[in-house]
Amino acid sequence: MTTTEKPQEFKVVGTRPIRHDGVDKVLGRAVYGADVRLAGMIYGAVLRSPHAHAKITKIDTSKAEAMPGVFAVMSGKDMPLVASGALDLGETVDDTAFTSDRVMAHDKVVYKGHPVAAVAAIDQNTGLEALKLIEVEYEVLKPVISLEEAMAPGAIVIHEGLIGSDQGEQVKNTNIAVHNRLEFGDPEAAFDQSKTVIERTFIISRAHQGYIEPHASTVFWAPDGKITVWTTTQAPFGVRKTISALLNQPLSNIKVTPTEIGGGFGGKIPVYLEPLAAVLSKKAGRPVKIQMDRRAVFEATGPGPGGTVKVKMGVDDKGKITAATADIRYGAGAYPGASIGAAASGIFACYEVPNVRVDSYDVVINMSKTAAYRAPGTPQATFASETLVGELCEIIGMDPMEFHLLNASKEGTRRPDGPLFPRVGNEGCLLAIKDSDHFKSTLEPSAEGKLRGRGMASGYWNGIGNKSSVTINVNDDGIVSLVEGNPDIGGTRTTIAMQAAEILGLPAEDVHPAVGDTDSVGYSDLTAGSRTTYATGTAAIEAAKMVIDEMKKRVAMIWETEYENIEHIDGMFTNKVAPDRRFTFKEAAGKLGQTGGPVAMTGTVNVRGSGGGSFGTHLVDVEVDSDTGKVEILRYTAAQDAGKAVHPSYVEGQFQGGAVQGIGWALNEEYYTSDDGSMINSTFLDYRMPTSLDVPTIDTIIVEVPNVNHPFGVRGIGETSIVPPAPAVANALADAIGARLYQTPMNPGRILEALAAKKAGK
Amino acid sequence: MATVFLPMPIRRRIGGEPSLTVEGATLRQIISNLEERIPGISNELIDPELDDRVIRSMSAIIDGESAHMGLRTPVGENAEVHFLPAIAGGAPQSVTLPNRNEER
Repeated sequence: MTTTEKPQEFKVVGTRPIRHDGVDKVLGRAVYGADVRLAGMIYGAVLRSPHAHAKITKIDTSKAEAMPGVFAVMSGKDMPLVASGALDLGETVDDTAFTSDRVMAHDKVVYKGHPVAAVAAIDQNTGLEALKLIEVEYEVLKPVISLEEAMAPGAIVIHEGLIGSDQGEQVKNTNIAVHNRLEFGDPEAAFDQSKTVIERTFIISRAHQGYIEPHASTVFWAPDGKITVWTTTQAPFGVRKTISALLNQPLSNIKVTPTEIGGGFGGKIPVYLEPLAAVLSKKAGRPVKIQMDRRAVFEATGPGPGGTVKVKMGVDDKGKITAATADIRYGAGAYPGASIGAAASGIFACYEVPNVRVDSYDVVINMSKTAAYRAPGTPQATFASETLVGELCEIIGMDPMEFHLLNASKEGTRRPDGPLFPRVGNEGCLLAIKDSDHFKSTLEPSAEGKLRGRGMASGYWNGIGNKSSVTINVNDDGIVSLVEGNPDIGGTRTTIAMQAAEILGLPAEDVHPAVGDTDSVGYSDLTAGSRTTYATGTAAIEAAKMVIDEMKKRVAMIWETEYENIEHIDGMFTNKVAPDRRFTFKEAAGKLGQTGGPVAMTGTVNVRGSGGGSFGTHLVDVEVDSDTGKVEILRYTAAQDAGKAVHPSYVEGQFQGGAVQGIGWALNEEYYTSDDGSMINSTFLDYRMPTSLDVPTIDTIIVEVPNVNHPFGVRGIGETSIVPPAPAVANALADAIGARLYQTPMNPGRILEALAAKKAGK
Repeated sequence: MATVFLPMPIRRRIGGEPSLTVEGATLRQIISNLEERIPGISNELIDPELDDRVIRSMSAIIDGESAHMGLRTPVGENAEVHFLPAIAGGAPQSVTLPNRNEER
């Protein structure tokens, strides 16, 4: 079901064409990171630290270097010394020195799985055998794993050189990289005058994106200094910039070709293998390919951060929110960079809160550095705020839907971090759920021993705009080639092509999209922040408009009339003063050779912001087995504001995919970590992600409140859908079992404990 | 004039006022005019390396949208300007890694 406001007329946008890359992917022809094969290519392998925290006292690679079949060996001493500096990756900014240290340890390892050396050999097995010949001596240090340890006075300091920021004040000898505070009004005074105030603390597990394709990179460092990279990434231009910064090489000497990508969700923004493959390639004089196995992906790449979130909220006698505060503490992993800014911005974004304070802490611990994970930082914070709202509604005896509607943020509401919302779809999503068959239905009684419950939650993700480029080439046969610079992680190749097709007046199938390398398309920021269909689509619209403008000039030449006389409507060029003269786009394209040559146009944009972001509301029914604690999702409905859904099937797919990831985080997913900092469940057998057998069909409702920043009203929609699931499930579980859980995952063990505590009257 | 909302640490230093009105047609002019009223503030807001954007741990937001042209971003007559922590938050002010042991 789609609820539409103020509809524009579209021919292509809003339809459901078959994806352009579908056949290649179904037939196995698509080239992913591990599929790259080059003449003379050799294989890299990485030696990783068995310790989470240790000084490296000695590395002896001589035996590995002497092994037959080994072409090159490297360690930290082969990486240039890089000073601290800003590494602007479009959505986030990393530090060059920390990034260099993260991809290859220098004097110290700071997470289990930290690379300490790498080899390039004739084949994979030879490389793995050579790793066994590398002698590394460590002085093992006590790892700092928990937030409590890391933040305690006198804590072991992981990075002696880190200078933290406590609300702008420099702090040395600390693991707290950043403490920020947002504040408006006077929360304490407002709490004092509130009818009801509750405060709860929530614990959220660290969770991995779980992309199916492990990281894989191939690099050839040619004798002339040109570095060519094939890699699975969300940010080819970010890879280029990072390699340039870490290896002190000219940016323009580096070409990055993004391969097809088997999932990313933010986890394929950082660079891991590329600099190592580059150094090995330079040493060996051959192309070097390195792939991760699943254990390396879990242990040594960036999941979303875990942490604690304390939330306090007050309401008046009508249920109107008077004040809210939050204390958000995330474990960033071994280097700073947990998404605390987004968490602080998003935690109360669904509500009008007149008095608010949010403290947020980015804390370094001895685990792999976290990365972006779909709406970075926000699902964790919203698990706390929306679960607290569910309990607050129980306490004051108010229906959660009515509470949400009474307090919903809307156009003109000040966000917790300050800016005012433009026109947004928060209320639209709530009303869409309220009007759904699911909401109107009655939860069927459960069988004996089973407990059923229903819960809801809302969520928000702002997203970004930023820089994109698209080039459109008009072929003689009227088919259009479109080259864009954003790896396609969610069908964006097609949604970008559809926006160009809308302007060109062509069917989507007549626009052939491709993702270009960094030499063949203009600079494009990363595929992340729900920006690609929105921002790169805007660039495609710009390029298409330029194509039409040029085509009109050419048609005017052919008809020997003035440019002003030419019209283009629905793919047809006409002459206003001679209406019988008509060219289809294809007919005009076939005559370009006689009018000045090819038509190829590039649209470049730097889009301001997201236009207010995207809200979503989810409703879920669960059934709990009171003997085993197992949870079954009976029914699930997700409503979200898409602005204008370019390809409704892909929008629905994003809603469903995010919901399922969120259900996994809610019920099963966590890093089991031993005291020495080892992840114990680093396989998909033990790291339990939901499969299609674990969830029913996720029903979707596309709400369309146009984004004023986009010509068609499009909003970025890829991330919001992971925000509401965990609190919606938590509220449904509370409804089912009559007890509250404050920690993810809400797995059978914790549910049985909650049931037992309830039975014991605790 | 634009209404400028300052980060908490600066806000506390100037007496807790959440916002103040400032003249300026671009973000750079806004910060320059702020400097006259709050000496030293430009050093806290402007990236010293690049000199055309705010510091890396911070985002400038003008009327709800990011300052996509850095300090050159136009600021409307009645705009709201916010200086907020960056999304990823995790950029410390600076870092010095220990000297690397070349001899190991």
